Amino acid sequence: MNVWNWLAVGGAAVLALVAVAEIRRRVGTGAPGRRFFRHPTAAPAVFVLAFFVTVALAAPLVTPYQPYLQIDITRLANHAPSAQFPLGTDPFGRDVWSRLVYGARISLGIGALAMLVAVSTGVVVGGVAGYFRHWVDTTLMRLVDVGLAMPRMFMLLMVVALWEHVPLAVLVLLIGLTGWFGTSRLVRAEVLSVREREFVAAARSLGAEPARVIFRHVLPNAAAPIIVSAALGIGNVMLLEAGLSFLGLGVPSPAPSWGNMIADGWPKMAVAPWCATFPGLAISLVVMALNAVGDALRDALDPRRETA
Amino acid sequence: MTEPLLRIRDLKTYFVTEHGSGTARAVDGVSFDLYPGETLGLVGESGCGKTVTSLSVLRLIPEPPGHIRPGSFIEFAGRNLLTLAPRELRAIRGNQIAMIFQEPMTSLNPVFTVGDQIAEAAIVHQRLSRRAARARAIEMLKLVGIPDPAQRVDHYPHQMSGGMRQRVMIAMALVCHPKVLIADEPTTALDVTIQAQILELLERLQAELGMAVMLITHDLGVVAGTADRVVVMYAGQVVEQAPTPELFARPLHPYTDGLLASVPRLDAPPVRARGRLHGIPGQVPAASEWPGGCRFHPRCPYAWDRCRDEEPPLLDASTGEPGTHTVRCWLLTEPQRRTARPLP
Repeated sequence: MNVWNWLAVGGAAVLALVAVAEIRRRVGTGAPGRRFFRHPTAAPAVFVLAFFVTVALAAPLVTPYQPYLQIDITRLANHAPSAQFPLGTDPFGRDVWSRLVYGARISLGIGALAMLVAVSTGVVVGGVAGYFRHWVDTTLMRLVDVGLAMPRMFMLLMVVALWEHVPLAVLVLLIGLTGWFGTSRLVRAEVLSVREREFVAAARSLGAEPARVIFRHVLPNAAAPIIVSAALGIGNVMLLEAGLSFLGLGVPSPAPSWGNMIADGWPKMAVAPWCATFPGLAISLVVMALNAVGDALRDALDPRRETA
Repeated sequence: MTEPLLRIRDLKTYFVTEHGSGTARAVDGVSFDLYPGETLGLVGESGCGKTVTSLSVLRLIPEPPGHIRPGSFIEFAGRNLLTLAPRELRAIRGNQIAMIFQEPMTSLNPVFTVGDQIAEAAIVHQRLSRRAARARAIEMLKLVGIPDPAQRVDHYPHQMSGGMRQRVMIAMALVCHPKVLIADEPTTALDVTIQAQILELLERLQAELGMAVMLITHDLGVVAGTADRVVVMYAGQVVEQAPTPELFARPLHPYTDGLLASVPRLDAPPVRARGRLHGIPGQVPAASEWPGGCRFHPRCPYAWDRCRDEEPPLLDASTGEPGTHTVRCWLLTEPQRRTARPLP
């Protein structure tokens, strides 16, 4: 790792700090923003996420090697952390730091995209079920019951096993499409209560069609729990992806993901503990940060806490 | 006489209650007309079916549990609103018939600016561009007397007072220049000075835009100042219907009597002991248990056997043109009984 890489990492950290300060300045003036930052872990969590996202985006600047590059497998495999390899090298002679950074792209990307798929599906299904109620609701919610009753991991393993190398898009879709059941229930419950509010009747009396009423009037007023569940859900999805990759059924090697880095590293735990430890730490750190942000968001967006 | 704009005939809106305690006949055979340009007051206590009647006109009744019985008929511009397809109905809602609601605090969507909400009907019905709709929203805010409309248009409902929000609600309803405006207790949630301002505003807009207003209220004081004609509802039925001056001068139904007597007055202080306001004894029964015979008889000071056994039809009591003053009361056939027992 040369001096430029170190500088870039430092730059990313500074950028993340600036981002936290800026967010704090922008939203800290309102009551929800103050409630958000009152959480002791909220600001550090935002920093951790901002840092990982910046580093992932600027991967070529902060890494000295290509993530796939086997630098010198005979002499530089399982090399301990040093100035040249800050997190050491893995059993195949690849730089762990470089793989970790590029892996962040994949792990964070899959987490965000799969959550997007899950939340959009859940919002549409829950919104439609809650707004139309009756047989629409009954049908959709029984479907959700079925979905929730099936163990997700086994369902995923079963489908993933159909491919030799799962394309990333398919992986994202699979994780997303098996993850919307809880969200849809949450959204449905929220919609059931919002649809009884008077402005919904007012919108209908103005001649707005159901789609307009649902998407413009009902769902924006049900946004808070959706955002919270999404923030908490990304962490879950990342763990799931890591689990699948660890089992060799997620992101296929040699593309780095934090899950398959652990898989590659754990047989050498005794001689090269850094290979599995650092990606494991990264996962824990990011998931904890996401949970902290989710918790803080829940407090910030819950109007019943106005006085707290 | 001119043709009515809105003709309601034998409207029956029932609700099936959850626990099998029977059907709530919230509106049970209501008929009346609304003429172009007039203000019709719809009065009665809470639970008499006023709001359900107004919601039925735009078919905003939650179905189920509610449903409008076949045989009911609401004619607007030559078409029965009750048999229109949803798409045709939406073309009328907000465009030809608009509605303002009781609670200005909860009837505005908290997450959009008032400008967005005023523009909504114009965008839905007239396919205005965003920019044109915004200009229209500013124009409407000015029309309803909100100062600084160009700035207020970007404000959120929580940044406004109750009176201003009600003005915004009115602007929302009137943006397409509807022919009929249904105002469901538009001033109940406001304090008295604001109430007077809002009623004045409605009156001015009605004159400017030439629309008919159906004003729903339980406050006869409001009716006296604004309505041309009054329909009094009790227990899901029309019990009396007359031009406003006639109703106040010659109320014929004991229920109307009672409502009038319970309005506090400055010019005639209550004569009764301890200066208490008059009230009608008892309360409106549940809509699933309307009494037999005349529905008002358990609370009526004049009731006799016939009232318990036989339901009176709407009887014509007009002094001028037939049909202008109608009453659902047997007293009309035996007026001497009215003096038999005075109000308690």
